[in-house]
Amino acid sequence: MLEESSLQPEWLSEEVSTGTTIIAIAFEGGVVIGSDSRVSAGASVVNRVMNKLSPLHDKIYCALSGSAADAQTMAEIVNYQLDVHSIEVGEDPLVRSAATLVKNISYKYKEELSAHLIVAGWDRRAGGQVYVTLDGLLARQPFAIGGSGSSYIYGFVDAEYRQGMTKKDCQEFVVNALALAMNRDGSSGGVAYFVTIDKDGTDEKCILGNKLPTFFDE
Amino acid sequence: EIPQHSLPVIPDSTTSLALSGSYVSNKMINKLIQVHDKIFCCIAGSLADAQAVTKMAKFQLSFHSIQMEAPPLVKAAASVLKELCYNNREELQAGFITAGWDRKRGPQVYTVSMGGMLISQPFTIGGSGSTFIYGYADAKFKPDMSREECLQFTTNALTLAIGRDNVSGGVVHMVVITEDGVEHVVVPGDKLPKFHDE
Repeated sequence: MLEESSLQPEWLSEEVSTGTTIIAIAFEGGVVIGSDSRVSAGASVVNRVMNKLSPLHDKIYCALSGSAADAQTMAEIVNYQLDVHSIEVGEDPLVRSAATLVKNISYKYKEELSAHLIVAGWDRRAGGQVYVTLDGLLARQPFAIGGSGSSYIYGFVDAEYRQGMTKKDCQEFVVNALALAMNRDGSSGGVAYFVTIDKDGTDEKCILGNKLPTFFDE
Repeated sequence: EIPQHSLPVIPDSTTSLALSGSYVSNKMINKLIQVHDKIFCCIAGSLADAQAVTKMAKFQLSFHSIQMEAPPLVKAAASVLKELCYNNREELQAGFITAGWDRKRGPQVYTVSMGGMLISQPFTIGGSGSTFIYGYADAKFKPDMSREECLQFTTNALTLAIGRDNVSGGVVHMVVITEDGVEHVVVPGDKLPKFHDE
């Protein structure tokens, strides 16, 4: 007996994942956080312009990767929890607090959830900071990369990162890293979004696909 | 005369560790096999399969070069490997990078993948550690680099891959093949370049 083909296209039964490349880097006085814009369900791209940089507070952003639903929900919940927290303490929350809230959810529900958020922002006490919350750990790093596309750029970021980079250096670093990863990873692509956060505010930028840096084979 | 370019062979990133399961059985193994005077192969995957295939290829190439009364083309060497990989694709688990110099086309690099695909590229990377350096290689490669630049590029790329891949490490072997001959360069682990986190 021949197998019946499904009445629905395959991608409707695949989990929607933000395949992704995400990256965040701290500089003296702020952070730059960036991501690609592809959302895939199996082999289909269901959204080619999704902004994976989600604000948790005025000067704290997180970058989403892994299961789209899990990541978005985590970000929404932490956004709410941070609002409550900042009212309770009467001032802007610390980046570390935001990262801790994300970590608490990641760790408690680590069996059920499959999303990884990188938290980055600026606060008065410690300036620009980047935290990773993979699998429920909490660690501060000078820079962080995540998502399926990050495997391809480990070598690049290890080679290019130097201490004491300026804001502009960091922006170039983020855009170059995203472009390289988007070229190699099938689950990353589209446009590059990046947000620069410092004491003066947040600056959101988007670089279209054809304006991204090109490399020797393009 | 063919313009001279030296072409360092970029060994696959499982530099010189040989594993059985998760036990490191050899830290000094050389994964660059010479299949003819100016043609070398980097091996990846099952070392037993790779060694068997390259032995066969070496024999076939030396026979071929006697019949043709000339050194084999790099493309011919790559083709021989490809035939062996493709025809025995079910049983074999090995991939190769073939690189060398011949009179007709000068320096060339060919990839023979595990299933038996053969393509020519300006440069190539392979092995488990290679995923981590795609970004670096794409960003830093420029066509027509000098010998020193090529060696630096290769050493840096391998060092970065070793830094991130837990099954790559040991000693870095490189071979520089030019019209004039073949030169081996060996860099032990402690002489590799250091990056920001070391």
